[in-house]
Amino acid sequence: MRVPLSWLAELVDLAPAARGADVAQSLVSVGLEEEALHGGDITGPIVVGRVLTVEEQIQRNGKPIRFCAVDVGDHGQRLTDGIAQQIVCGATNFDVGDLVVVVLPGAVLPGGFMISARKTYGRMSNGMICAEDELGLGEDHSGIIVLSRYLGQSAAAALTPGDDAIELLGLGGEVLELSVTPDRGYCFSMRGIAREYWHSQGSPAGAFRDPGIVPDNPPANLNGYAVHLTDGTMIDGVRGCDRYVARIVHGIDPNAPSPSWVQSRLTQAGMRPISLAVDVTNYVMLLVGQPLHAFDLDTLSGSITVRRARPDERLTTLDGVERVLHPDDLLITDGGKIPLALAGVMGGATSEVTETTTNVLIEAAHFDPVSVARTSRRHRLVSEASKRFERGVDPRVADDAAHLAVDLLVRYGGGTVDAGATDVDLTTSRAAYPLDVTLPGRLVGVDYPRARVLDILRQLGCTVDDPGLGDTVTVLPPTWRPDLVDGPDFAEEVARIDGYDRIPSVLPTPSDGRGLTHGQSVRRIVADALVGRGFTEVLTYPFVADDFADTLGMPPEDPRRSAIRLANPLSDNAPLMRTSVLDTLVDALRRNVSRGQRDLAMFELGLVTRPSPGSSHTAPVPGVSRRPAEATIASIDAAVPAQPRHLALALAGDAELAGWWGPGRAAAWSDALDAVQAVAAALSVPVTVEATEQAPWHPGRCARISLVDGTLVGHAGELHPAVLTRLGLPARVCAAEIDVDVITAASAEPVRLAAFSTQPVALTDVALTVQESVTAAAMQACLAQAAGPLAESVVLFDVYRGEQLEAGQKSLAFRLAFRAPDRTLTTEEVSRLRDGAVAAAAERFGAAQR
Amino acid sequence: MSGPRPPSLPVDGSALEPRALDAAVHAALTAFAEAGDFEGLKAARLAHLDKGPVAQARREIGALAAEAKAEAGKRVGEAMDAVRAAYLGRVEALEAERDARILIEEGVDVTVPTGRRPLGARHPVELTMQRLTDVFVAMGWEVAEGPEVESEWMNFDALNIGKDHPARQMQDTFFVDPPDGGLVLRTHTSPVQIRSMLTRTPPIYVVAPGKVFRTDDLDATHTPVFHQIEALAIDTGLTMAHLRGAIDHFVRAMFGDVKTRVRASYFPFTEPSMETDFQCFVCRGADDSCRMCGGSGWIELGGSGMVNRKLLIATGIDPDIYSGFAFGFGIERALQLRNGVGDMRDIVEGDVRFSGQFGMAV
Repeated sequence: MRVPLSWLAELVDLAPAARGADVAQSLVSVGLEEEALHGGDITGPIVVGRVLTVEEQIQRNGKPIRFCAVDVGDHGQRLTDGIAQQIVCGATNFDVGDLVVVVLPGAVLPGGFMISARKTYGRMSNGMICAEDELGLGEDHSGIIVLSRYLGQSAAAALTPGDDAIELLGLGGEVLELSVTPDRGYCFSMRGIAREYWHSQGSPAGAFRDPGIVPDNPPANLNGYAVHLTDGTMIDGVRGCDRYVARIVHGIDPNAPSPSWVQSRLTQAGMRPISLAVDVTNYVMLLVGQPLHAFDLDTLSGSITVRRARPDERLTTLDGVERVLHPDDLLITDGGKIPLALAGVMGGATSEVTETTTNVLIEAAHFDPVSVARTSRRHRLVSEASKRFERGVDPRVADDAAHLAVDLLVRYGGGTVDAGATDVDLTTSRAAYPLDVTLPGRLVGVDYPRARVLDILRQLGCTVDDPGLGDTVTVLPPTWRPDLVDGPDFAEEVARIDGYDRIPSVLPTPSDGRGLTHGQSVRRIVADALVGRGFTEVLTYPFVADDFADTLGMPPEDPRRSAIRLANPLSDNAPLMRTSVLDTLVDALRRNVSRGQRDLAMFELGLVTRPSPGSSHTAPVPGVSRRPAEATIASIDAAVPAQPRHLALALAGDAELAGWWGPGRAAAWSDALDAVQAVAAALSVPVTVEATEQAPWHPGRCARISLVDGTLVGHAGELHPAVLTRLGLPARVCAAEIDVDVITAASAEPVRLAAFSTQPVALTDVALTVQESVTAAAMQACLAQAAGPLAESVVLFDVYRGEQLEAGQKSLAFRLAFRAPDRTLTTEEVSRLRDGAVAAAAERFGAAQR
Repeated sequence: MSGPRPPSLPVDGSALEPRALDAAVHAALTAFAEAGDFEGLKAARLAHLDKGPVAQARREIGALAAEAKAEAGKRVGEAMDAVRAAYLGRVEALEAERDARILIEEGVDVTVPTGRRPLGARHPVELTMQRLTDVFVAMGWEVAEGPEVESEWMNFDALNIGKDHPARQMQDTFFVDPPDGGLVLRTHTSPVQIRSMLTRTPPIYVVAPGKVFRTDDLDATHTPVFHQIEALAIDTGLTMAHLRGAIDHFVRAMFGDVKTRVRASYFPFTEPSMETDFQCFVCRGADDSCRMCGGSGWIELGGSGMVNRKLLIATGIDPDIYSGFAFGFGIERALQLRNGVGDMRDIVEGDVRFSGQFGMAV
């Protein structure tokens, strides 16, 4: 909402010498936030000019430049040199004879830009021809302002070169731009803003002059234009239209321009002047917040009938778009037959006021906010009217608004008022609210005396009935405040008017916090363990392409193919929610590679979405007037797909870097597995590893990591070469993905310490030749089992393949560490235990000692 | 060291002459002092300690008359002690020199690069959430979480954002297909409020950090996926003063000892509602051209308010017994303010050089 300060000052007494910044400060104190402060920093001369000659040259850069002579009246070069103003202009949207806005040397434009004569494209430019943005009138920089288009033919016709454009365009005054929260529809008017400013000054008596009260407004009668309000499909039992005021003015001069003060106020408020009838309706809307519509009376044939649209009914709105209407759209129709307007949103083309219109019907109606909001959203059509109706318009101001408009049309258009005045008023008074006067204090934490509460409510326009006994009073909010319905609404008003700055700061003291949950701690431990091993955390968008499962080489029956689809994805290339974190981590890996990073170790912890097979994932949307039934809550929860937390990590390039010390060591499948082992170890969760085949990993280099009970933790290894090719990643990228929820659950119990011996250790090595098919883990388990409880550890330390062995064989070398809990082991004991282990391996795997 | 015994020197007693003995001691001390290395010292030891005039003198004692032996033995002993002490002193000195030289020789260039393993780092968004979470946990609050694919009821309806509410238009939401299936990507962390109120019994003091989604295109100032932290308190007797207190504490933990100011605002899920600014932690209002606050001296924190009674009713908490407050803050915004992150794209693109700058600190 743009608020011209000069206009505001007419409605409310401003603090002495208050400037825009001061007014903004006052309004912020009552909750109206300043978005910008325009104007107030322009000084002339800025005048109306008429383009006399244009000489266009194409510059070397291909851009046309115009050298113009402009008649600026008795200013500038006419006085000094006796010639027309010579100006260079880069715009081309004007012709000889057009009236334009000329800034002459010496003028200062918004932002403190001083204009002087200077050489441009080889010639002197004595000032400039202005575009809207240069004058702070808007954002438009597509061309310069041509006044006949900007103000309308008739208004432009009254102008003479040399006229002051600052006054004409309302450039001189300050304009405050405020952001209005959706609950305060009344602040989309000068009336509402003036009232709020008045509150910010302590609501002094007589300082606010309510423009919504028009004393000479004659009462409605039955001689006016026929209006019928019907509604076959009320929304939530609310009438689409509960008040319709129609007034008629005959014989308006279609060429009569709006008065310049109306034009300049509209301009300042950010609206284009168009014609007297349109300008007047817009002006009154800005003043009191009541959207008005002007119909060309001569295009109407029957009564005004308000009704819902019929299936497949169509209407071409003022913006030239033909719209197929929905049965919930509320229409203004001619005799119930021809649609004239989308009620409260936009008028239709057939009944539009044109340059030949002489007889006008002014509509001032009150529409259901929900109905208008739905129509506006359905047709993606937001208008000044819909913006206001959606947020609630004062239903009592319609007749006064219509009268203000009629009055202006008569005064400036030379028309005569029709004696008939229609006012179909089906509005009902709201019920008064029983307010506990202690509530504001209890909710806000400030001790408001009863009298102060009642005083503030009355200032706001509430009718307060105070029985004087007990804490409850009845409060009827003013008609422009449909937002005040509940106790806390009134509490906020009391706090707001009394001043939010009076609210003290008191730290609440909860008493029974239990700290982080185990799962929350686990995530920190996992991340820290990985960072300690050189991994860098990233966060990626969880969106993947339709063909992600094919790219990753998943078989047709892979459950990870079942993904949640977005109805309105950001990109059609990524409409699905990831089912693994690795799905999107690879994107970040690729980006790093493309940016020249070679040696990478990255991880991401995040949620994945795993819809249940067969579930429709449709959540009920119960009402909110009470807690939903437990079964309903359960079905909401059941509809929300499972979202386990996963860890993905990926490595590329070297795991140990090359340097002056020598070459690096390329990251291998084992680094990915080792990282997972490190995570498990950090949580003291024992895991087992076995070979498996799982997309997107290399079928021969993929480890399945499980809990001791067999529960799947995740996979680690080298990625499949074909997948890497499809992903555009370098060869030999290694990766892992694990379910963090699984290791969280597995680590929930306290760690139990296993006793360890302080006796001396006895080490012995064995090298065993076996077939390639025998895995290291199987050998290790066999040796450890056979070596018995005195074997502290059995660790593979070498793998040999080569000429000393037969083809298809390998030698695995293990170091066995023996230690007794209570004594030093003898050499004989150790040898016997080792030999027993070797014998077991020989029996089980045919292992031969080398 | 073994070898053939050297032939005995003739014994004439002259080496026992006091002057000769003194000269021999002097010569030995000089020879040791002049020995520049262990080899020279070894030669000097052979010449002046193992053999030489002093050793000769000791041998000559046996030839003396019995009554002279004691006096001569004493002199020779003293001479021997002096020579041995000088020798040992020199050994020690040479060893010290050698040790010092070795340490110098073993010196390295400590400025060569040392990192053989890549360095890891956490993402600053996670670190910031962790830091803020810890502030609340330290006050006795708990951390609550919820799903990112969320029901519309939790994300909108229960938060008093009805289908026709203007506030619902402020947010552009990702809908799960089919769009009328009642599922969305949560547009804020506020559904965690609803889940907390449904599953916990007051008093409730929870903070909810997490990922949220809105259909903005990625550019320098917008990202469709971002993070918030939200605080919710439900208890008896909570007021806006407690809300201010919690916010003030939060601001101090994050930005230092700065003031806050509040004004009325509107959010569907709170009533009364409040908007908070905090004093610019860079200029504290003293610099008209401050780049942090644009010269206003204040930085916008975000929205808050007393939990709307409708939320309490929708979750089955008696609004006449309990009141509550809630406030939220954008994590990316915190990074922009505290850490000078200028471009939102850096936060989301996963470039390791971004996270890498933070290490484990933010």
